[in-house]
Amino acid sequence: MTHLQTTELRPSASIHPSSSSFLKAIGAIVWKDLVAELRSRELLSAMLVFALLVILIFNFALELDPSTRKVATPGILWATFAFAGTLGLNRSMAVEKDRGCLDGLLLAPVDRSAIYFGKTISNLAFMLIVEVVVLPVYSVLYNTNLFNPGLIIVILLGSVGYVAVGTLLSSMAVQTRTRDVMLPILLFPVVIPILIAAVKASSGFLQGVALEEVMPYINLLIVYDVIFTAVAYMVFDYVVEE
Amino acid sequence: MKPQPLTLKVLNVVSVLLFLGALGMVFLYAPLEATMNYVQKIFYFHIANAWIGMLGFIAAAVAGILYLVKHDQKWDIIELAAVEISLVFFLIAILAGSIWARPTWGAYWTWEPRLTTAAILEMVYVAYLLLRQGIDDPDRRARFSAVYTLVGAISVPITFMSIRLFRTIHPVVIGSNPAATTGSFDMTAKMLVTMFFALFSFSIIFIDLFWHRIRLGQLAQNVEQLKLEELQ
Repeated sequence: MTHLQTTELRPSASIHPSSSSFLKAIGAIVWKDLVAELRSRELLSAMLVFALLVILIFNFALELDPSTRKVATPGILWATFAFAGTLGLNRSMAVEKDRGCLDGLLLAPVDRSAIYFGKTISNLAFMLIVEVVVLPVYSVLYNTNLFNPGLIIVILLGSVGYVAVGTLLSSMAVQTRTRDVMLPILLFPVVIPILIAAVKASSGFLQGVALEEVMPYINLLIVYDVIFTAVAYMVFDYVVEE
Repeated sequence: MKPQPLTLKVLNVVSVLLFLGALGMVFLYAPLEATMNYVQKIFYFHIANAWIGMLGFIAAAVAGILYLVKHDQKWDIIELAAVEISLVFFLIAILAGSIWARPTWGAYWTWEPRLTTAAILEMVYVAYLLLRQGIDDPDRRARFSAVYTLVGAISVPITFMSIRLFRTIHPVVIGSNPAATTGSFDMTAKMLVTMFFALFSFSIIFIDLFWHRIRLGQLAQNVEQLKLEELQ
């Protein structure tokens, strides 16, 4: 016979402090999101269509003859990822709040940070799926070869950092009056270091620049990812407590 | 509002005097720089405001952490005061820098890393104010503001990292300049003294304004409490 166990309203309440239940909780949340998305496909389709439309707009916004294309590609890619990512983050959290899933998760006897990691991983998964689709499409539309291992690494690092901060801030934004509009306002200033480093590093890899020149930007990405994942993990409790 | 304590009244006067003193030192005591002449003199106030603005943001982050730990509303008032005032100081620094940049670099603004991250930092704190506007519940507002201040303030060291990590045309005042920087200069002793005096003066001005803003915050909190009680 199952019964609901309510947690005390302290930030790190946990009835089963073992690490395996923590990982199980994260896995459960990720699984829930992925399965829900597989059935409805509303989030991914919205993100993908939006990303492709943004690329289309860039075609008219910028004069992309072959030489400019080389220089502009990293910027266009990251602008696309940033905007589509915002969409995904917003929807992901809004769905939780509207259907009362967030309250359910908070009542569950797991560490609050498991919710954070679960949501972050599923948001990351969605963002990576969008990026995996956008790269070949962009390569074909603009006749540029984007299958560069260095570029893939940069996209991975950048997405991790973006989603780490984004999940925290979208949890806050979804609880304000201005909701959807609030997330970009909060997120973009904080995440621009990622965009700078990612664009520079991507550009370096695409143009075949020496590795030593690109490494500082990669290091910056890694440092950013580590710092902000740690910070977000520590403060998430304060953002979702009632 | 409670009447101003004597210390605050004295501080008001001292702040004005120090500001006038700093102004005097900049124009009368500090020597004229060889290549940039008079436009270089804006540097003293630019540096002072930039430093104080940065430290104010760090103070805001510390107040945020203290709020999250202690749940005392006074830290929220302190944090808001620190952010609002630092925002203005930093804005003055950016504007002063732009005025200096025009004759020296040929443009009011360049998108080189340090300027860009400074602009971003400014936008983080404008976003902070917008966030506060969007939340009615005082406790939630204080919690979210504290979290966001923390996240935003982590950008501060990244701003400093950018001057070392990237090649930049922004001069390094303390340390060696890469060959590409324009507008850098070596400071004589008199210039150093003027700079530190300006720094000190603006610190005192900051504390004075900060104190006033905290008093205002306390008044606002009282009004809000009265409003909430009325609604019940």
